[in-house]
Amino acid sequence: MSDALPPKVQELIEDLKLVEDRNDRLLMLVDFADRFREVPAGIAERPFSEMNHVQRCESEAYVFVEPLDGGRVKFHFAVENPQGISAKAMAVILDETLSGEDPDVVSLVTPDLVYKIFGKELSMGKGQGLMGMIELAKILAKKMKIQRLTQSADDHE
Amino acid sequence: MKTLPIADRGYTNTEILVTTDWVAQHKDDPNVRLVESNEDILLYVAGHIPGAIQVDWTTDLNDPINRDYLSAEKFAELMSRIGVTPETTVVFYGDKSNWWAAYALWVFELFGHKNSKLMDGGRAKWESENRELTRDIPKPERTSYPVPVRDDKKIRAFRDQVLDHVKAGRKLVDVRSPLEFTGERLHMEDYPNEGALRGGHIPGAKSVPWARAANPDGTFKTAGELRDIYVDEQGLTPDDDVVVYCRIGERSSHTWFVLQHLLGFPKVRNYDGSWTEWGNSVGVPIEKP
Repeated sequence: MSDALPPKVQELIEDLKLVEDRNDRLLMLVDFADRFREVPAGIAERPFSEMNHVQRCESEAYVFVEPLDGGRVKFHFAVENPQGISAKAMAVILDETLSGEDPDVVSLVTPDLVYKIFGKELSMGKGQGLMGMIELAKILAKKMKIQRLTQSADDHE
Repeated sequence: MKTLPIADRGYTNTEILVTTDWVAQHKDDPNVRLVESNEDILLYVAGHIPGAIQVDWTTDLNDPINRDYLSAEKFAELMSRIGVTPETTVVFYGDKSNWWAAYALWVFELFGHKNSKLMDGGRAKWESENRELTRDIPKPERTSYPVPVRDDKKIRAFRDQVLDHVKAGRKLVDVRSPLEFTGERLHMEDYPNEGALRGGHIPGAKSVPWARAANPDGTFKTAGELRDIYVDEQGLTPDDDVVVYCRIGERSSHTWFVLQHLLGFPKVRNYDGSWTEWGNSVGVPIEKP
């Protein structure tokens, strides 16, 4: 199995390796959370669909995928728990590293990315929720790709 | 929801809980040290009560190699680093209805630190009242804290002691979720690595999920409401020798706090080995409904 990661994800991991102080690393993650912007109304509105709901996430996170030109995708998120700061950080990281990529590139990300970013001190519950965000992002991107391929095949018939 | 003032809730120890107002008034008191303990590692860094310092349950309170708490020397060093003396009043607060804050308070009490309190309602209540948060991390002047003697007998229980406790027919409270108690689930939902080979509960244990002691806003229920649950419904009495447990001893710290400090039960021990030890141990008895 290949260890290849999407280029921006690899870049982020390399950047984080340079931050040795745990507190500085956490501050860096908080900076990501500060950039969180909720899914625009044009993409999704409340009540959000259950298919976008991240299972096992106590921060009540939702993932949405928007089609871009050339088969690429953009991710959007909602985090309903106001204390869900780790989920917000994860949302921004996924958006900034995976939006604009092809679903095949998105599929290279594995859930253990959570521990590479947040460190192994992350509690089990928190880790499961954040891994769930990655898994759902991959599933929705893949579904989008299948949908497009099906559509394209129908158009050619 | 209107909660009663702490002094009017009928607790045995009304001094152990403080309100957000009290914290706002005392946050600059040099004899008070605010300590935040959370599950979410980003919450403190993202903003905390001015003057509060973080005590992390994984990196500060647990030994990194052995399954045990930090040594007495390390505890004295921790206290020195966070600017606490034996006389300092330490006020804990945190996320999840003070679940982790109660755990930290329990560990501090193992080392004999007497002046501890919980901020009722925890971090969520402070935030819901739109009170001040800061990202400035305080750098307290180091203090001198004598190396204490950790007393593992009074409020902590070990597996073999729990076995004797079961044989003697004494009281146990299982604070896990109902599905963990019945054995349908081998771990707490979302915590698969903290599972066990066997499901069920310690024989004779009563099921009282920890969150029943808290109101929706994270504050503690009144003593009357707590007695309805633990005494009238579950049959505990203040002269009982009680062991509480969960999965690793953190949720049960919340219940330990309720029974020991709010209801005044004099003999309550937290079994921190909990189900991750009991449910994986060879030959110990397990009960299923």
